[in-house]
Amino acid sequence: MFENLTTRLGNLFDRLRRRGALTEADVDAALREIRVALLEADVALPVVRDFVQSVRERAVGHEVVRSVTPGQMVVKIVHDRLVELLGGAHAELRLGSPPAVVLMVGLQGSGKTTTTAKLARFVQQKLRRRVLVASLDVRRPAAREQLATLARQAEVASLPILEGEDALLIARRALDAARRGGFDVLFLDTAGRLHVDEELMAELVAVRDLARPAEILLVADALTGQDAVNVARTFDERVGITGIVLTRLDGDARGGAALSMRAVTGKPIKFVGVGEKLEALQPFHPERMAARILDMGDVVSLVEKAAEVVDREQAEKMARKLAKGRFDLSDLKSQLEQMRRMGGMGGILAQLPGMGKIRQQLAEAKLDEKMIIRQCAIIDSMTPEERRHPEIIHASRKRRIARGSGTTVQDVNRLLKQHRQLQDMLKRVQKAGGLKGLLGRGLPPGLLPR
Amino acid sequence: MSEPKRGFWQRLRAGLARSSSALKATIGSIVRRRRLDQALLDELEEALILADLGVEVAQELVEGLRRERFGREVSEEEVRTLLATHIARILEPVAQPLPERPQHRPRTILVAGVNGVGKTTTIGKLAAAMRRQGKRVILAACDTFRAAAVEQLAIWGERSGCPVVTGAAGADPAGLAYEALQRARREGYDELLIDTAGRLQNRRELMEELAKIVRVLRKLDPSAPQDVLLVLDATTGQNAHSQMTIFREMVDVTGLVVTKLDGTAKGGVVVALARRFGLPVHAIGVGEDIEDLRPFDPEAFARALLGLEETVF
Ligand SMILES: Nc1nc2c(ncn2[C@@H]2O[C@H](COP(=O)(O)OP(=O)(O)OP(=O)(O)O)[C@@H](O)[C@H]2O)c(=O)[nH]1
Ligand SMILES: Nc1nc2c(ncn2[C@@H]2O[C@H](COP(=O)(O)OP(=O)(O)OP(=O)(O)O)[C@@H](O)[C@H]2O)c(=O)[nH]1
Ligand SMILES: [Mg+2]
Ligand SMILES: [Mg+2]
Repeated sequence: MFENLTTRLGNLFDRLRRRGALTEADVDAALREIRVALLEADVALPVVRDFVQSVRERAVGHEVVRSVTPGQMVVKIVHDRLVELLGGAHAELRLGSPPAVVLMVGLQGSGKTTTTAKLARFVQQKLRRRVLVASLDVRRPAAREQLATLARQAEVASLPILEGEDALLIARRALDAARRGGFDVLFLDTAGRLHVDEELMAELVAVRDLARPAEILLVADALTGQDAVNVARTFDERVGITGIVLTRLDGDARGGAALSMRAVTGKPIKFVGVGEKLEALQPFHPERMAARILDMGDVVSLVEKAAEVVDREQAEKMARKLAKGRFDLSDLKSQLEQMRRMGGMGGILAQLPGMGKIRQQLAEAKLDEKMIIRQCAIIDSMTPEERRHPEIIHASRKRRIARGSGTTVQDVNRLLKQHRQLQDMLKRVQKAGGLKGLLGRGLPPGLLPR
Repeated sequence: MSEPKRGFWQRLRAGLARSSSALKATIGSIVRRRRLDQALLDELEEALILADLGVEVAQELVEGLRRERFGREVSEEEVRTLLATHIARILEPVAQPLPERPQHRPRTILVAGVNGVGKTTTIGKLAAAMRRQGKRVILAACDTFRAAAVEQLAIWGERSGCPVVTGAAGADPAGLAYEALQRARREGYDELLIDTAGRLQNRRELMEELAKIVRVLRKLDPSAPQDVLLVLDATTGQNAHSQMTIFREMVDVTGLVVTKLDGTAKGGVVVALARRFGLPVHAIGVGEDIEDLRPFDPEAFARALLGLEETVF
C-alpha cells in the first residue's frame, strides 16, 4: 500500500526524460506525489502544505541535471529543503551554571523516564558532569522506582524517594539536594500528561518557575501522527520548550512527526532514541531523517552522482582550456570557489580521474577558507579587462585592486604570481605533450594559495 | 484527581470533542450551504487526513460523498453527518466487546504492543472490569525487561484485587507465562491476563520472543491464548498499519484496544485498520484511571470524530 516515492515518481516521469529547466507541470505533478508521500510519513497536513509551497517556488525553473529525470530532480530539491527545515548541525545541550536543570516533558508513554536516564548517563560519562536525577511522577504506578532503577543502571545519583510529596515539593527537594551535593546537572523527569490537561500543564509551569531549567526537552514518539503539531505547539506555548527528543526511531515509522514538531515550534531536535537500552541515544541527523521521511535515499544519491558527473564535465572543459594555455583570472576564481565549496578537498580539477596527487597536495596545504575568500575578493576587484589580461596590471592598478578588496599590494602580487606560475606550467605541459602530462605531474606548489 | 468522576459519555465527549475540534473547525468553516464542488471535496479530504484516517481512506470517503451529492447544495450538518455515517458503517463490523469464553477456564489473554502504548494500564483496567463482573482474575508480569514494569503491574494487581505472578528481573517471559497458566489452572481462575514488554514490530528477535510465549502456552493448552490483544496508541499515525501487519503475523492478534482517546489525537487510523484487517476493536482507553476503559461505540466515535457530538450526547 505505501508505495515508495521513487517508484511513484518513476511511473510518473518515465516518459519525461527531458533536459533543461523544470516546468510548472513537471513540478506540480511531482509535488502531488510528494504531498501524499509526506502525509503517509505522518507529516502533519498544515506543515505539508507550507512545505510543498516552498518547494514549488524553488523547483520551478530549476535546471535539471543531465541524466536524471525531472522527477528525480524534484526529489533532490525536496530532500535538500527537508534537510534545511529539519535543522542544521547537531544541537548541543545548553547547560548553564550548576546546578543546571533539565526538565523532561511530554505525553504519557512517550519515553521521558527512559530518555532521562539515557541523557543523564550521556552527560555524566561523555560530558563529565556530576548528575542527579529526580522523578516528579507521583501519578503513574512505580514511575519513581523505574527512574531509580534506570539511574542505578546508568550509575548516576537519584533523589531518594519519599512518600506523600507532590511534584513541586519533590522539585524543591531535588534542587536543594543538587545544590548541597555539588551536582552540575539536575534532570527532572515528570509525569506524562496531555497537553490539554489544564491542571497538569499548570503544575508543569509551576515546576518550571521554581526550577528555572536551562533546558526543557519535549520527549515525543516518532510514531506520532497528525497530532504531533498540536502536542508540540501546546507544550511549547504553555511551558516553552528548548528542544525535542524523538524516541523510537529504531522502529520502522517514517517519522514525519520530526518535521511537524520542528516546523511548528522552530525548536531543534537535539537527540533521538533508538532503543530501550541506556546507550541507545544518538545526536539528530537531519539528512538521515529527511531520507527516512521520504524513503528515497537512492534518488538523492543518484542525483548527487549525476551532479558529480556534471562537475567532472566542467572539469574536463577547464582542463582543455588549460591545455590550450587559455586560463585567465576568472578561471582561477571559479577554481578557487570550487575548492571552497568542497571544503578544501580540492576543486574540480581534483575530481578528474588520476588526480589523486593534487587532491593530496591540497589536503596537505590545509586550505584556509579565509585565504580563498581573500583571493576571490582580489579577483572581484579587477575589471574584466584585467582578468583577461593580467599583464596590464601595474602599480596603480594593484593599489586600486588592493584597496577595493581590502587586501595589500603584496597579496595582489602573490595572486598574480600564482597565476603566472600556472601559465608557465601550461607551457611546460604543451611541450611535454598535452594534458596527460599535466595531470600526471600535479600542480606546482605555487598554485596553492598559500 | 479529586475532581468528581465524570460519566462515560461526558468523558468520551470531552476527549473526542478535543480530538475533533480542529476537524470540526475545518469542516465548519468550509461548509456553509454551498455547492459540493471539487474544491470542497478536496478540503473535506484534507480534514479527514488531519484526523489520521490516511490518504487512501480519506479519498475513498470523499469519493463516496461525491457520488451521492456532487453539484448539489449542501449544508455543513449534512456533509458531516454523511461522512460520519460512512465512517460508522466501516467501523460497525469491528465494534465487538471482548468475547466471553466460559468454556475456557482459565481463558488466557495475551496483551501485546509497541512500547508505552498502555498495555500494563489496560490490563489493570480490564482486570478491574472483570472483577466487577465477579470473575476470578490472575495477572502475569511477563515484562521482565523494563525497569519497574513488575512493580507497576503489581500495583495494578492491588488496585483491581488480583494476584500477580512475577519472576526475577530478566527472567524468560515464556517460562513465566507457562508458570502463570499452570497456576491459573491449578487454582481455578477464570481469566489470566498476560502483560508483555513493549516491542517495536521491526525488532525480529523481540517478536520471536513474543511468538515463543504463545508456543509455550500452547504446550499446556493448545487453545491458549484464546485472545491476543494488540494495544494501539491513538496518537499513532500510519505506522499502525505496520504494527498491525507484523503483530498479526507473529502472534495471531484477535482484537484491538485503542488507548489515549482522551487526548487530541483522533485515532482515525482505526478506520483504515478496520477496512484493511477487519479485526475487532474491543475497547478504548480514555484516561489513566482504573475505570477509564470503555466499549468501542462506532457511531459515537465517528460522530465525535466529525465534531457532531452535540447531537450525539
Ligand atoms: N524501542 C524504543 N523504546 C523506547 C525508546 N525510548 C523509550 N522506550 C520505551 O518506551 C516505553 C515507555 O518509556 P518511558 O520512559 O516509561 O515513558 P514515559 O514517557 O516516562 O512514560 P510515562 O511516565 O508513563 O508518561 C518503555 O517501554 C521504554 O523502554 C526508544 O527510543 N526506542
Ligand atoms: N491519557 C491516557 N493515558 C494512558 C492511557 N492508557 C495508558 N496511559 C498512560 O500511558 C503511559 C504508559 O502506559 P503503560 O500502561 O505503562 O504502557 P505500556 O504499554 O505497558 O508500556 P511499556 O510496558 O513500557 O511498553 C502511562 O503513563 C499510562 O498512565 C489512556 O487511555 N489515556
Ligand atoms: Mg515516566
Ligand atoms: Mg508495560
